[in-house]
Amino acid sequence: MSEAVVHEDHHEHHDHKPTGIGRWLFSTNHKDIGTMYLVFALIMFFIGGAMAMVIRLELFQPGLQYVDPLFFNSMTTMHALVMIFGAVMPAGVGLANWLIPMMIGAPDMALPRLNNMSFWILPFAFALLLGTLFMPGGAPNGGWTMYPPLTIQLGDAFPFLIFAVHFLGISSIMGAINVIATVFNMRAPGMTFMRLPLFVWTWIITAFLLIASMPVLAGAVTMMLTDKFFGTSFFSAAGGGDPVMFQHIFWFFGHPEVYILILPAFGIVSQILPTFSRKPLFGYESMVYATASIAFLSFFVWAHHMFTVGMPLAGELFFMYATMSIAVPTGVKIFNWVATMWRGSLTFETPMLFSLAFVILFSIGGFSGLMLAITPVDFQYHDTYFVVAHFHYVLVTGSVFALYAGVYYWLPKWTGHMYDETLGKWHFWISTISVNVLFFPQHFLGLAGMPRRIPDYAVQFADFNMVSSLGGFVFGVSQLLFVYIVIQCVRGGEKATNQVWEGAHGLEWTLPSPPPFHSFTTPPKVTDATAHS
Amino acid sequence: MSDSHSTYFIPEPSRWPIVGTVALFIAFLGAAIMLNGSAFGTLILGFGFAAIVYMFAGWFADVIGESIAGKYNKQVDVSFRWGMAWFIFSEVMFFAAFFGALYYARVFSVPWLAGEGAKLITHELLWPEFIYEWPLMVIPDLEAFAASLYNEVIPAWGIPAINTAILLSSGLTVTFAHWALKKNNRSGLCWWLAATVLLGFIFVFMQASEYIHAYDELNMKLTSGIYGSTFFMLTGFHGFHVTMGAIMLLVILIRSIMGHFSALDHFAFEGVAWYWHFVDVVWLGLFIFVYWL
Repeated sequence: MSEAVVHEDHHEHHDHKPTGIGRWLFSTNHKDIGTMYLVFALIMFFIGGAMAMVIRLELFQPGLQYVDPLFFNSMTTMHALVMIFGAVMPAGVGLANWLIPMMIGAPDMALPRLNNMSFWILPFAFALLLGTLFMPGGAPNGGWTMYPPLTIQLGDAFPFLIFAVHFLGISSIMGAINVIATVFNMRAPGMTFMRLPLFVWTWIITAFLLIASMPVLAGAVTMMLTDKFFGTSFFSAAGGGDPVMFQHIFWFFGHPEVYILILPAFGIVSQILPTFSRKPLFGYESMVYATASIAFLSFFVWAHHMFTVGMPLAGELFFMYATMSIAVPTGVKIFNWVATMWRGSLTFETPMLFSLAFVILFSIGGFSGLMLAITPVDFQYHDTYFVVAHFHYVLVTGSVFALYAGVYYWLPKWTGHMYDETLGKWHFWISTISVNVLFFPQHFLGLAGMPRRIPDYAVQFADFNMVSSLGGFVFGVSQLLFVYIVIQCVRGGEKATNQVWEGAHGLEWTLPSPPPFHSFTTPPKVTDATAHS
Repeated sequence: MSDSHSTYFIPEPSRWPIVGTVALFIAFLGAAIMLNGSAFGTLILGFGFAAIVYMFAGWFADVIGESIAGKYNKQVDVSFRWGMAWFIFSEVMFFAAFFGALYYARVFSVPWLAGEGAKLITHELLWPEFIYEWPLMVIPDLEAFAASLYNEVIPAWGIPAINTAILLSSGLTVTFAHWALKKNNRSGLCWWLAATVLLGFIFVFMQASEYIHAYDELNMKLTSGIYGSTFFMLTGFHGFHVTMGAIMLLVILIRSIMGHFSALDHFAFEGVAWYWHFVDVVWLGLFIFVYWL
């Protein structure tokens, strides 16, 4: 982290805060917008979580008991769309908004008005998407991947789904442009690229992935829209097109998208582990290059999501080897995290606990991903619960755990109060145990052949499903504890110091807790000294 | 322009982003209702479009006002530049999806339907008469597409070649306008810009007449299988972007006539010029891969 010398004169609270509802509606302030992003993400996390509870309730035992199959399929589809586009991505952008200006020594984001629009699109886009739950024909139910021809056969919800995706894409692209303009242009003097905190680095790379992949998704869903309403033949073999073509275009977006969900998490963990190990991050440069390599490779591996679709052999081989090569830079990162802790002076506050769990559990998800990358083996695993287990390990115990770690880590900075450490640890332990009870048995279900996206199953899968559902209910309920801890921390608590954590380094820790409305009104001077090494 | 690091510019709270969000929401809502078969949706869509235009006018008026008032420093200028550059890159990727569809159809799906590679059985079972050629003259399922069969497509060396010349010339004229602006030659600026706008609209007019020709005389339509789909979606989105670009140029022309921009400070002009070069380059891709090869 950078050793920063900050001018003392900018800490006076002369900033005037707008008041009332206008403060939020018309905001051009990165902190207010970041807060709105985070609150929105949390609300969507519970909406998506409620859908997951419906899924686990129905799967608690074999047979159809609570919901009809069409609604069940809507739940799996909407759970994914809400969690990806409504919870994890906005939470990442919320952290970026709060932290990037503070970390690079800027007063705000480069394009504050655009920033406001990026946020406010989200509730409106989700109004379009969640409104489909009440439409004739039901909400989208063909899977979040929206494969034609199934999804084209959707009822009134279809155009709402397509336009919601367009709308969310506009928000993501504007947000990404803002991040890039901010980091490229608003860095304080002396804050060179190789002195940037790793969270900032992972976010620039994420922003590039967003700008390169979201428009491709917009193109894919536009083709679907014209296929349904204007008679084009992109995904119809009768006219010379191919439904598989949608899968190619979709996953050209979809694979970078999964790194959009995980790279900010890598950044968060790379900030937290050094703080609680009281050692600088091991291998800063290699972390930057590894992140960039992962992002670059993500554009050449998309067809590993469709090994069973009937591709030519050359395609299967290329995408298998390309996918496995991603394990190299990912391995570099995990090695560096472990080496950061090696012989460190470790303490185990809640952010550290979540980060440790991240390193271990994300690695499990990474290994099951490596298994899925092997084409001949994937023929058995494809579309089974093994895949479900895999991506929940990387997304829940990966992305979501890192986001929790990040919130606990920076919450005292944002609110000026310490959260309740005892409750935080309770939240961690209940979550970590229950999430493994929830997802680990799904590996076995998948290997035994249980398919995904089904409301009923053969009786031999009953026991593991029951265990998984019990874990799911505990995990779901225990997240309410997090809401309580956050509200309690916002309302009061032990006063936080500027540095908050004994081992924390970086510009954001030089500001008061809570920081002034505009972070750095005059730029701090960043010197080399111990920069991040 | 002040020193980039002595002061920062942070805009005051603004109502335009939320106005724009609501406008887009109304437009999407209206379009979805319209596509589900209710004429009422068309009305909502129209209202949404009007609101979007209102938002653009208001937002840009604010920005132009701030710029003229001298509130912007070098740093703001650079932020705008990065913003515009990456916006254009996102547009490139949008077109890439459609070019990808074109290549996939030409290299994979259409030859496979004609029995190439390991897909012989598909060919035999589905449409055994289908043969591969590009431009695609036979649609695999002839019965289903009986209403939109065609014998001829738009040849590259007619209107498309003239349009290429028009668009490339407009790239030159906009550069001449830029040189004139940098030399503070205001009348040169306005005349070259006017020429660019004119060339832009001539291009759109020619493209429209080409579409009418394709529909009325060749019976080659959006619904004419994968050839019609890729042809009209690619050239259609491009034509839409040219129209937007020409309107942007027109705004810049009006601002130039009003005396806006200085030889050293004219980011709006440059941003629009970049955009214009972008539609130009996309056109070259279209000319080569859609019309020519």
